[in-house]
Amino acid sequence: MAARDYILNHLAILEAEAIHIMREVAAQFERPALLFSGGKDSIVMVRLAEKAFRPAKFPFPLVHVDTGHNFPETIAFRDRLVEQLGERLIVASVEDAIASGIARDDPGPTPSRNRAQIPTLLHAIETHRFDALFGGARRDEERARAKERIFSFRDEFGQWDPKNQRPELWNIYNGRHRPGEHIRVFPLSNWTELDVWQYIALEDIDIPSIYYSHEREVVMRDGQWMPTSSFMPAGANDDSGKRIVRFRTVGDMTCTAAVESPASTVEDIVAEVAAARASERGARMDDRTSEAAMEDRKKEGYF
Amino acid sequence: MSAAPTIPPPFDREAYLRMSLLRLLTCGSVDDGKSTLIGRLLHDSKAIFEDQLESITATSKARGDERIDLALLTDGLRAEREQGITIDVAYRYFATPKRKFVIADTPGHIQYTRNMVTGASTASMALILIDARFGVVEQTRRHAFIASLLRIPHICVCINKMDLVEFDAKVFNAIQSDFEKFAARLETTDVTFIPISALNGDNVVNRSTNMPWYTGATLMHHLEHVHIASDRDLINRRFPVQWVIRPQSAQHADYRGYGGQVASGVFRSGDEVIALPSGLTSRIKEIRLHDEVLEAAFPPMSVAITLEDDLDISRGDMLASPYNQPNATQDIEAMLVWMSAEPMQLKKKYFIRHTAREARCIINDLKYRIDVQTLSRDAEATQLALNEIGRINLRTTSPLFVDRYRQCRETGSFIIVDEATNNTVGAGMIIER
Repeated sequence: MAARDYILNHLAILEAEAIHIMREVAAQFERPALLFSGGKDSIVMVRLAEKAFRPAKFPFPLVHVDTGHNFPETIAFRDRLVEQLGERLIVASVEDAIASGIARDDPGPTPSRNRAQIPTLLHAIETHRFDALFGGARRDEERARAKERIFSFRDEFGQWDPKNQRPELWNIYNGRHRPGEHIRVFPLSNWTELDVWQYIALEDIDIPSIYYSHEREVVMRDGQWMPTSSFMPAGANDDSGKRIVRFRTVGDMTCTAAVESPASTVEDIVAEVAAARASERGARMDDRTSEAAMEDRKKEGYF
Repeated sequence: MSAAPTIPPPFDREAYLRMSLLRLLTCGSVDDGKSTLIGRLLHDSKAIFEDQLESITATSKARGDERIDLALLTDGLRAEREQGITIDVAYRYFATPKRKFVIADTPGHIQYTRNMVTGASTASMALILIDARFGVVEQTRRHAFIASLLRIPHICVCINKMDLVEFDAKVFNAIQSDFEKFAARLETTDVTFIPISALNGDNVVNRSTNMPWYTGATLMHHLEHVHIASDRDLINRRFPVQWVIRPQSAQHADYRGYGGQVASGVFRSGDEVIALPSGLTSRIKEIRLHDEVLEAAFPPMSVAITLEDDLDISRGDMLASPYNQPNATQDIEAMLVWMSAEPMQLKKKYFIRHTAREARCIINDLKYRIDVQTLSRDAEATQLALNEIGRINLRTTSPLFVDRYRQCRETGSFIIVDEATNNTVGAGMIIER
C-alpha cells in the first residue's frame, strides 16, 4: 500500500485523540467520572468511551447534575441511554442541594440554576471523591475556553486558575494531583460544533428529540425564542405562540433559546450548522450576561 | 423576526469525509499583526460567527478604535484583553472545504518561550510573521530555532505589512534571502515565503492586486495544499500500551485487549511483535476499534490490539517489531526546555513521563545552554532557568523505550514533573539513545 492509503480524515484524528485522552484518565486516576448532561457533546463522549473501553465496562460512572429545570425529553433520553449501555449513573440533584442548603436558588424574573449547579457539582465531587471529571466542553465555544488545557487542574475549592496552567505538550498528559484536588478533562477540546454534528451523522448516534425541528410554544425574551414552561410562563403582553423550532444546545429550559428551523434529520442539521451565522453559545442566555461571564463562572468551578 | 428559515443545500457528506487536519503554530508579538492575521483567516474563511463579530465590534467601539479590531477575536482572557497582550497558548479553529485547521496561537516574546514550545509540540506547520519594515530580527531567529528544535516539518514565513513598504518586491526578496541564510543551519527543509498585508487581506485568502510580481500561492491556498501525509513515520512499529481492556464478563472471559495510540509504523493482524520490557514475542491476532475489526493500524490511530499468546503486558509496556526495536535505556541525552520559575537543579529527583510510562529521574549533566537570543552555546552554564534551553543527560530509575525525537515525536519526547508541586516543569527531546 502506498503512503496515501494511511491517511485519516479530520474526524478520525479527533476521535483517536479523544480515545487516547480517555484511556489516559482511566489509567492515571483512581476515581474518574463522566459528566453527562444529555446534550450532544456528552453523548458523543459516551460513544468515544465505548470505543476506548469496550467490550469491557467503562472504568467510571456517568454523573448528571440535574437542575430540575431540564427538558423532559432530555431526562427520558438519559435514562434510556444508560439502560442500553448498562453503565452506572449518579444523579446530583440541584433541588436536593437547595433543600439541604448547599446551593441557593437565584431569585429574579428569569430563574436560572446556573450558579446553583456549581456547589451541587462540587458537593458531588467531594461526596464521591472524584479525582477526574470528563466534560464535553470545546475550545471553539467561547474565548475563555480557547486557552484551557485538555487536563485542566482544579484546586481543593474547584477553582480554575487561567494564569497558572500546566504546560501540555505532545500527547503526554500530567494528571498528578494532591488529595482534594481534581482535574477536569475535555476530550472534545479540539472539536468544533460542526465536527460534533458530522461525527453524530457519521456514527449514526441517537440524540434527544429536541435537537430536531418540532412545533413548540415559545415566548420572545431579549430577542430570542424561549421555550415556555412552568418555570417560564408566557405573560399576557408577551410575544408568544407556536413555532417550528429546534434547539442547538441542551441546557435548562430557562436559559436555552430555540431557533426557528425546519431541520428534521442529522444531515439537515449538519447542513444548517455549516451555513450558520450565529454561534452556538449565542443561544445560551447565561453567557450573554457579560463578556467575561464564562471566564468568571469557570474560575468558580463551572464545567 | 426574520422570515421563515429554510434548510441550506445538503452538506456533501463525502466531502467532509475527505477533509484532512492541519495543526499550525503562529508565533509573533502583538506588533507583528499576528492576531490580526488570525482574525483575517477566521473572518475571510467565515469561521467567525455574527454574535462574536457583534461582541468584538462593541468592544472596539467602546475602546474608541476606528475599525473592528480582528485581534480581539483571539485574545481570550480578560486580563489579556485589558492589557492588549496574548499571554498563553490559545487554540483557534477554522475549516475550508478541504481542511480543518487547528491554530495554536502563542505569544512571541522571549518570556513566553515555554508557551511557544507547547504550541509547537503538536504542530505540523509554523507560521512565522516578519514585519516588512524591520525584516529578520532576533525574534524571528528565535521562532525559527524553536520550530526547528520541535521539528515542525513545514515553516511558512509571512512577510507582513507589505502595504507599509509600498508592496516593494525588493524588500520581500531581501528579507527572504536574509532568512534563508540562517535557516540553512536549521533542520526544517520546507520553508515558504509569502508577502501579505493581514490588515487589508492581501494574499491572505484573496490574491493581492497590489503585488503582481508575486506569483506564488496565497497563504490560504498554501495552508490547504501543503503536503503533510508523508510527515509520519510508517516504518518503525511502536505501540505504547496505555490501558489493558479486560472485560469482567463471561461473554468475553478470555478477551485481553491492549489499548493505545500507534506512535509510528503500520500494524496488521498476523504481524510478529515483541513486548517490552519482557522481550516476549507473539503475533497480532486482531486490531479493533470498538465493534470494527481493522485491517491495519497506523499513526495516530487509537485501537485495541489482541495477541495470539497470553503475555503479561501492562500499562507502560510497548509493542514493537522484534527486528527494529526502540532502545530500552535508563540513560538519555536530550534537549530540555525549562518551563518553571524554579530553575532546573542537577542531581535533584524529578518524575519523568514518557509515552505511557512514568519513572523518576536525576538530571546529571548540563552539557551546554543555548542562548536563545544569539543561538550561541554556553558550556559553562550550571543551571536552566525559566524559558531556557539546554542539552542534558539524565538517568531514570527504570528503562524507557525510546527513539530519537527526529525519528518519532511520540517515542522521542518526554516531560519532567516536579515531585513537590506536581507541575510540568520541563519538556525534553531525545537526541541520543
